[in-house]
Amino acid sequence: MTTIPLPQISPAPHKVVTQESPWARWTLILLALSFLSLFLLLPLVAVFFEALRKGWEVYLAAITEPDALAAIRLTLTAAAIAVPLNLIFGIAAAWAIAKFEFRGKSILTSLIDLPFSVSPVVAGLIYVLIFGLQGWAGPWLREHDISIIFAVPGIVLATIFVTVPFIARELIPLMQAQGSEEEEAAIILGASGWQTLWHITLPNIKWGLLYGTILCNARAMGEFGAVSVVSGHIRGLTNTLSLHVEILYNEYNFVAAFAVASLLALLALVTLVLKTLAEAKVAQQTTRGNHS
Amino acid sequence: MKFNLWLSAGLLTFILASSGQALADQTLLNVSYDPTRELYQEFNRAFIRYWQEKTGEKVSVRQSHGGSGKQARAVIDGVPADVVTLALAYDIDAISKQSGLVPPEWQDRLPNNSSPYVSTIVLLVRKDNPKGISDWDDLIKPGITVMTPNPKTSGGARWNYLAAWSFALKKYNGDEAKTRDFLSRLYKNAPILDSGARGSAINFIRHGMGDVLISWENEAFLALKEYGPEQFEIIIPSISILAEPPVTIVTKNADKHGTHTIAQAYLEYLYSKEGQDIAARNFYRPSDPDIARKYTHQFPEINLLTVDEVFGGWQKAQSIHFSDGGLFDKIYVNQ
Repeated sequence: MTTIPLPQISPAPHKVVTQESPWARWTLILLALSFLSLFLLLPLVAVFFEALRKGWEVYLAAITEPDALAAIRLTLTAAAIAVPLNLIFGIAAAWAIAKFEFRGKSILTSLIDLPFSVSPVVAGLIYVLIFGLQGWAGPWLREHDISIIFAVPGIVLATIFVTVPFIARELIPLMQAQGSEEEEAAIILGASGWQTLWHITLPNIKWGLLYGTILCNARAMGEFGAVSVVSGHIRGLTNTLSLHVEILYNEYNFVAAFAVASLLALLALVTLVLKTLAEAKVAQQTTRGNHS
Repeated sequence: MKFNLWLSAGLLTFILASSGQALADQTLLNVSYDPTRELYQEFNRAFIRYWQEKTGEKVSVRQSHGGSGKQARAVIDGVPADVVTLALAYDIDAISKQSGLVPPEWQDRLPNNSSPYVSTIVLLVRKDNPKGISDWDDLIKPGITVMTPNPKTSGGARWNYLAAWSFALKKYNGDEAKTRDFLSRLYKNAPILDSGARGSAINFIRHGMGDVLISWENEAFLALKEYGPEQFEIIIPSISILAEPPVTIVTKNADKHGTHTIAQAYLEYLYSKEGQDIAARNFYRPSDPDIARKYTHQFPEINLLTVDEVFGGWQKAQSIHFSDGGLFDKIYVNQ
C-alpha cells in the first residue's frame, strides 16, 4: 500500500557525523542507486521508449484520438472534484485532530487511514453493493433516473475514497508540531474563528497542504482498482486514463497503450518535481515554526 | 491558496465546457464480450452509416468489453446497456433471471436462437508446432502448459471446457468418470486462468506464456493476422463445439432510454448481408448461406457438436459444470 513519508520534523542542516567507513557508505549508496534504477528508472524509460517506437505522429494520434481525449477529460474531472473535497476534509480533520482533545479521536485517526488498509477492489465493490441495481439504493436510484456507478459520479466517489488520507495524513503531524499557541494568541487578541483560520493556520500549513494536495492529485489520476470496479468500461464515457491503457493493450494496440501510459508517467514526473519543491518548503517552515 | 482555488475552478469550467458529447441524436450502448472488439468497431461504423442513410438520424454506439460472465454481472448491477452481445446464452439468461431487464423468452426474438454468427474453439500453437500438438489428447500430456481463461468469468473459457469435454466423452465412449479425469489432467496443465479470453490470448501471444492456447476461432485468426503466420499456427481439433454467441435487446433499459427501435435495427443489421460480411471478415462464421459460401475457403471444416446434443442445453451445462461446487470446481480443486 502507499504510504506518505512524514515531513522531516527535526532538521539537521549541519554535517552528520557517521561512524561507517567510506567503503560501507559507498556500497550502500551504490546498492540503493542500482535498486532504484532497476525498479523505477528502467520501467519509466521503457514506457517512453515503447510509446515513441513508431514515431511522434503515431504517438500524437494515440493521445488525441476521441476516446483517449474523453479518458483524459474524465480523469481530470474526477481529480478536479476529488482533490478540492479532500482538501476541505483534510484541513478540517487535521485541525480537529491536531488542535483539540475529544472522545473518539483515535477512532477518527484510524478511519482516515482506512483507505490505505482496504484493497481498492473492495472499496469499488462496496459502492456496487450500495448503488448497484441489485444494491440497497439501486431500485430507488433507477426510478429517479440517477446513475451513480457505471457513470461519472461513481468514478468520482471511488477516487475520493482512495485519496481521503493523503492531505489529512500530511497535515496532522505538521499541525501537531506547530502546536496551538499562535491560534490561542490570536483568539485572546480578539480574532474570530475565520480570521484565525485565514491569517494564522492556513499560512502556517500552506506548504504541507500543497505537498499533500500534490500526492492526493497523483493518486486520484492514477487510481486503477477501485475505479475499474465501478466503471463498466464504457469507452468515451466511463474510461479513465489508466483504464484506457488496459483497453488499448488488450487490443493489440501496444504503441497507443504506452503512449497513453506515458501521459500518466509524465504526470508522475511533474508530481515528483513539485513534491520535492514543496518538501523543501515544508522543512523550512517547520524549522521556523519550532524556533519562533 | 487563492491562486490554487482559482486554478481548480478554471480547470473545472474548462472540463465541463469541453465535455459536450459528439453530436448524435441517439446513443446506443453495446455491452459485449472480450474478443468482439474489432468486429464491433467495424460493424458500428457500418451501422451508423446505414442508419443515417435510411433515417437521416445520427447515432453513436458505445462499446464495453470484458469476460462474458463479468459483463453480464455488470449489466445486472446496472450498466445501462441497450443491447448485449455476449458469448453464450446462459449469461443473458442470468441477466433475465437476476434483474428482469430481459424477458425470459428473449432467445425467440431474433433468428437462429438470436445468434447472428457462430464460432468454434480451436488450438493455437507456436510456429512449427514444437510440442507436436495435433488434438485435444496432446493437451493432457505432462510438460505441456495450456492457456485458457477462467470459466467462472469468461464465456470463451466455458466453450473451451465444453469442447474438451465433448471430445473426451466421445473418446471414452460416454464414460463420464474417464472424461472427468481427462478434464482434470487438462486443467492440471493450465496454471493461469485469466478472467477473459483476450487476457489469456495476450499472455500466450505477447508474453510468450504456455505451449498452446485454447481459443475462439476468431481470436486465433486475429492473432495470425496481427502477428503473421510466421509466428503461430492454428491446429484444428478432430472434434469441437458449435459456439453460438447470442445478442439481444436489454428491453427495460432500451425502453427507458427510448432506444428500442434503433436497438432492434442494430441487431437486425447483424443479420443483413453487410453485417454478415463484416462478421466473416472478422473471422466469425456467418449464418447467411450466401456469405457463408463466399467465405468457405476461410473456415476449415470441423466436426462440430452442439451444447444441446452433448449437454442437454446451457441451463443444464451451467448447473452441472460451472455452478458453485459444480464439476469444474471439483476438477480444479482436486489438483
